[in-house]
Formats: sequence, C-alpha cells, structure tokens
Amino acid sequence: MSPLSRREFVAAGVAAGAGLVVGFYLPHERHGGKVFSPNAYLRITPDNKITIVVARSEMGQGVRTALPMILAEELEADWKQIEIEQAGASTLYGDQTTGGSASVRTTWDPMRKAGAAAREMLISAAALTWAVPRSACAAEGGSIVHAASKRRLNYGELVEKAATLPIPTDVPLKQSKDYKIVGQRLARVDTPAKVKGEAVFGIDFRMPGMKFAVLSRCPTIGGKVVSFDDAESKKVSGVSYVGKVGDAAVAVVAESVWGAMEGRRLLNVNWDEGPNKDLNTAAVMESLKQAAAKKGASLYSVGDVSKAAGRRISAEYHLPFMAHAPMEPGNCTAHYQGATCELWAPTQVPQDCRDSVAQAVGLDPDQVKVNVTLMGGGFGRRLEHDYAVEAALVSKAISAPVKVIWTREDDMRFSTYRPASLHQLSAVLDGAGWPVAFTHRIIAPSISGQKGQAGPNGIDPDLPDEAAFVYGLPNVSLEYVLAETAVPLGWMRSVYALQAGFASESFIDELAAVAGKDPLEYRLHMLAKDLDIPYFTSTWHTARMRGVLQLAAEKAGWGKPLPAGRYRGIACFGCFSSYMAEVVEISMENDAPRVHRVVAAVDCGQVVNPGIVEQQIPGGVVYGLSNALRAKITIEKGRVVQGNFDDYAPLRMNETPVVEVYAVPSTEAPTGIGEPSVPPLAPALCNAIYAATQKRIRALPILS
Amino acid sequence: MADFTLQVNGSEKKVSVSPETPLLWVLRDTLELTGTKFGCGAGLCGACTVHVEGAAIRSCSTPVSQVAGKSITTIEGLGMKGLHVLQQAWIAEEVPQCGYCQTGQIMTAAALLAKTPNPSEEQITQAMNGNLCRCGTYERIRKAIRRAVAAGGAR
Repeated sequence: MSPLSRREFVAAGVAAGAGLVVGFYLPHERHGGKVFSPNAYLRITPDNKITIVVARSEMGQGVRTALPMILAEELEADWKQIEIEQAGASTLYGDQTTGGSASVRTTWDPMRKAGAAAREMLISAAALTWAVPRSACAAEGGSIVHAASKRRLNYGELVEKAATLPIPTDVPLKQSKDYKIVGQRLARVDTPAKVKGEAVFGIDFRMPGMKFAVLSRCPTIGGKVVSFDDAESKKVSGVSYVGKVGDAAVAVVAESVWGAMEGRRLLNVNWDEGPNKDLNTAAVMESLKQAAAKKGASLYSVGDVSKAAGRRISAEYHLPFMAHAPMEPGNCTAHYQGATCELWAPTQVPQDCRDSVAQAVGLDPDQVKVNVTLMGGGFGRRLEHDYAVEAALVSKAISAPVKVIWTREDDMRFSTYRPASLHQLSAVLDGAGWPVAFTHRIIAPSISGQKGQAGPNGIDPDLPDEAAFVYGLPNVSLEYVLAETAVPLGWMRSVYALQAGFASESFIDELAAVAGKDPLEYRLHMLAKDLDIPYFTSTWHTARMRGVLQLAAEKAGWGKPLPAGRYRGIACFGCFSSYMAEVVEISMENDAPRVHRVVAAVDCGQVVNPGIVEQQIPGGVVYGLSNALRAKITIEKGRVVQGNFDDYAPLRMNETPVVEVYAVPSTEAPTGIGEPSVPPLAPALCNAIYAATQKRIRALPILS
Repeated sequence: MADFTLQVNGSEKKVSVSPETPLLWVLRDTLELTGTKFGCGAGLCGACTVHVEGAAIRSCSTPVSQVAGKSITTIEGLGMKGLHVLQQAWIAEEVPQCGYCQTGQIMTAAALLAKTPNPSEEQITQAMNGNLCRCGTYERIRKAIRRAVAAGGAR
C-alpha cells in the first residue's frame, strides 16, 4: 500500500466512525505550513485561501460551480475566496461516477455537512481565542464575529486553532430561508478560460516526450485482428511504432496526431470479422419482436390490469440505436512507468479508469493515478473507459507517455449505443374515456446486463429510475422484457427515460385523442388526487407532477388560440427524481416539423444555481430534439453505418427553438437536472405533429 | 517534410511538416495552440475555426501549404489587446456549458462581425450554422452576438 492510500484508508476509517461523510482527513500539516482540512472536500490555509475539492467530473453541467456552492453556503464563506480543485480517482469520496443526474442530489448532504462541520469548528476556535461563549459567536462572510465586542477573525486567522479541535459528529444545517449562496445565479467558475481557449480538455493536455496514437479497430462488432502489414505506415514521417492493442485493434504511434492518422490510413489489417459479420438493424428489430412474445419481469404493478373493464386501446412504439457524439472525441493520456501508471483522462468514471487500467497493465489500483481533465461533453459516452485502457496499454508498449485520440468516425462507429427498443402499450378506458388501466411493456436489451451486472430479475438496475409512471391510476403494469443484442450498449443522456417517456407520453396523447379530450386536461385528470406513489427506493408525488404540467401549460398559453399554422403538443415525465413538463410549439414545413418554441417547467427541488438550471434544461431540450428528429445508428454487415456529422446530424442553430425555462419554487432536497428535460421533448413534439396533421408518429427518428 | 513560415497571431512561426498536414494539427501539435479544437476532421462541425486573412476557415480541412505566408488568427490571438468584445459577451451571457466548441463559435462570430457589423437574425443563423454545439447553446450564442453588436461590434 502506498503512503497516499494508507492515509486515505485511515481517513476513511475515521469518517465511518465519525458518522458524518466519507473521506474525513485527520487534521494535518501540508504545504509546509498549517492547514485546516477537517474533511477531504475542504482546505483552509492561514493566508485565508479556501480550497473546495470537486469529486465529480465537469463535462459542461456545472459541477465545478454548483458543488462548491453547497459547501460554501454552510461554511458561511465569501464566494470570492473560494478556489476549486478537481479530485482525481480517490477512495475518499465514495463513488465518483458522474452520471444519472446525480452529482448535486447525492453530494447535497455530504457537502453541506462538510461545510457545516468546518463552520462549527471555526466558531469554536474563535470562542476559545477570545475566551467567550460559542453562542456569542457567529460565522459571517468568511469570518467569525463576536457581536458584543465587535471583534472579527477571518477563517485564515483561525486555521491553526481550528485544526486542533475534534471534528463534530452532529452539526446543525442551515434553513433554506437563510441561504446566501445556494439559490443565487452565480457565474460559472469555468467560463472565462473556456472563451479564451485556455481551458485544458483531455485532448489539450500535453507533457514532455508525449507521443500520439490512433487505433485501427475491427470494423465489425466482435471481430479480431488476424495480422497486419505496417510497411507503408512506417514510411510516414514520425511514425515510431505500430502494434496490436488487445485482440481487436492496432495502434499507430507518431510524433503528431496527423502522423498517426496518416500511418493508420496506410495500415493494412487483415480482420477476422467474427460472429456478427452478417448482423444488421433489421435483424435487431426482428429480435425485439421475437422477445416481445416472452413473458417479462414486472417492473411495477398496481391493481390488476387484466381485470379492468372497458374499451381497450393498444399501440406499439419503436426507437433506434443512438450515439452520444460529444464534441470532444474520445482521448486519454497515459504514462506507464513500470511500477506506476498515471492518466490524464476526460472521464465520468475515474475510479473505473483506475481499476481497469490497473488490471490491463498488471498493476494494483493504488499504483494507478487518474487525473480528471475537463470534458468536451460526456452525455454518458465517458461512462465507458475504453479510451483509458487503450492509452495505458500503448504507453506500456512503447515505454513513453502517449495520448490516444479517437477521430469522429472512431467515436461514431466504436461507441456504446443507446439501446434500440420496442414498446407495447395498452390501456382500458371507462365509459367517459378516462383510463382505468395502463400497461407498458418495454422490450429492450439491457445496458448493465451486457456489462455483466444484470440486476434482480434481469431488470437493468438503471431502469427503475428512468421508467416511472407518475399517474394515479387504479391498475398499472410496467413490464420489462430482456432482448439480447451484440451491439455495444451504453448509457446516453436520460438513458431509458427517453424511450419510456416517448412511448408512454405519446400513447397517453393517443388515449386523449380517442377520448376526445384535451391532452392537458386528460393528464391533469390522472393527477387530480394527491397521491404518493412508492416506486422502488423513491416516492413520486402526483401533486408535483401536476405542478409542472400546470406551470408549463400556463406559461405556454395552453388552450389559447395560436397563429394560423401553429400547433402545440404537451408531455410530462419524471426521472432522476425530478418532474418535468414541456409544451412544444411547431409549424409544418414540407411534411417536417419546425419547432419554434419550447416551454419547459421543472420541479427539481431546491435550485442550487438557477443559471445552471437555465443552461441544462435548454441543453437537454436541444439534445432531445436532435434525438427526435434524426438520431439513428444503423448496422449493416456487422458495422455501424454512420461516421460523421453528415450522416449523424445533430441540431444546428437554424433548427433551434426558443426555450423558456420555469422552475417550481421548492425547498425540497435537490434532484436531477442534467437529464430530465430530454425525455418529454420527443413525445411533446410528436403530439404537436399529431395536432397539426392527425398523424401519429410511433417510431423515432421523425425524419427517417 | 517541408519548411513553412506562418504568420500566427502576429508573429512569424517556422514549422517543418509534411505539406498536406492540416493547419489544425500544426497549430495544436507543433505550435501548441490548443484553443483551436478537433471535432470532426471533415469541415462539418466548425470546432477548428480560425481566421486566414480575416476569413473564417476550417483548419481541419486546410493543408498548411495553402496558408503559408498568410495571416492566421486563432482564439489565442483574437483578444491580444484584452478580451475581444465577443469573448466579453460570451462571458456575460454565460454561453459555454462544456465549452469545447465555443472557441470555434467565437472565431466564426468574429469573422461575421468584422464583415457585417450589424447582422440580421438571418445573417447570424447563416454564419453560425456550420458550427455544431452538442450542449445546445445556440440561443445564447445568438444573444451573445447581439450583445456584442450592441457593445460596438468588431473592434
């Protein structure tokens, strides 16, 4: 065990005993002087510098700003004093995976408690210094003040004494009405560097002696390298190495990215195309249909849908594979040095990078150091760690630091894709047209299952959080049917909620149409009673869903006349513990929808930074609109067909609607914000298309 | 390999690279100006946008041999005399999320304003449509351009 991990181990043990959060350091000396660091998230030095450590990865969603705000609030710090430090892979912070719209909601308590514990210790330190009662002292803007004597000491001045005090185990947390930082529209800390071109993304990281590598990967899913001829590659100036990486790729290493790309272009690889060389998308869709005949696992059940009497309506929906396509293609820098391996990785999973790299290069996890860089988008693609393992293997092979870079075609063709899915929906309507039973069968491959973590009853452990049915009906059945596929699967922004939300919210619109009722009124009827809906480990509340629906509808002017040729659609969905409703306003041009305006209402509990919420929601809407209009990955002869932004074409400025964002004021604990705005977009859009054309769209993408 | 003399951000740079090397990689790997980004390698996304003689070009698809001796400006050189009015507007509007595409967006917008100091909405859309943003910041980009125009446009 290295000295570092030994310290981390001791500290983590103390944390468990203290009953607070994971990762409490013992007070210790650092940087050659005294430092107050009551926990792994915080350091205060005598020069009154406050450093807050962010243990999640920044991929544009604002964690480097939002998470420190939470701690700074309880610390009663002056925001201007705060410096941010990005944590690498560590054992101090629990699971550092950045995904599932979870960063704020899962660190809300630990960050608050970390700040509050430090605040209380600083108060104690001041009280001892002045020999006055603790109760006469208060924390305020980065200082402790003694009102009676008008004395004041800033935090830096209290560091030495505070560091000697015991860490409190039970600290009072602030009331939301007293918040000074949380809830404020504070500027993101990472903005200036990003507009100056100074921000260092993974692809920008440099180190002395670093080489560049690109890999030629087997074009067919599951194929392998038989042999390769590198004679032409090695004629390219700067190409210094060509060699196999694992079974299915050959790396070309050069002094420059361009040299490596040229070397790869001239490389001749003889591939064993493997077992999937005849696979195509039609066969995948057929396998979903066949799987649908099987009985699935019950995801959620209320009442008995088979006994409900009335008019039965049913429909099937389909969705294709999709690719994340973040702007920064995959990359990672690795420096293997025999007994250690250091990575500079744009990654959502630093700990997975550490563990997988350790295994791949034959080291212990604590011999692998992972530095987390900024990411040019993630959207779930960087929840994989293939790029990190490749970089480490190449570095080991050439005994030098190396940056592996994926081209856009590599990113598109060797990604892990949002699973294609089939949805069978049925409902029973009573005499008045209101639903009394609702059944949704989700037939899809399992992302986690394919990665060896199938979950109870084969239900992907991710699915529950992304397939809730937040309506108060007497009979509901949600069923999951596993369909196997060889196509690599991954978690893509909003994951299964996109599929589940599209199918469910489109079908509800169908029911409203059959019943001859207004789609908003129809939904509100199902949400009319205040119900708590227990759902796996959480509870959904119909009142909160009703709140976002009404807010979106009101702001969009639902029910009010539109100019000629304009139509509206509405949808709502709950995922990642947040409630979201969207109203989409369109016109039809040459049989294609043109989206003019999207009104989005969210209930995500306490908003930490409204500026970030107002970035994330339009971002999710645009992402959802890209998905809905054109996103489709197809497979022919075992290969991904799409390669770049011409045949996988995301939204551009000319198609981008105005997005209005409204958040329900709330003091409930914060919930997810990165993903919940994605799922309602496609159904709200398709419901608007139905309003315009009376045509129901039951398969995405719309423009296929 | 061949020797080229480039005028980058006002200074003369000598590089020795193969003539077909895209300007992007000369900027990033040889001159270590990493503010210009690689997004698609095919002129489809605009992340690599720089100015050559004041015009916005895709550096990923421009061989270095074509720009020898010409004046090249990258994001690092745009605000040589302090932040460019567009960079200020980008900060004021909090445009970036991940930020990866934003240097290319700003370079495209700067070329637009240099030529068209008061662009119409349609001109903004036309100019910016070649620049992709997967975070979906397009409306803020539009607002930031309008803000820069209001603040005096191109300096």
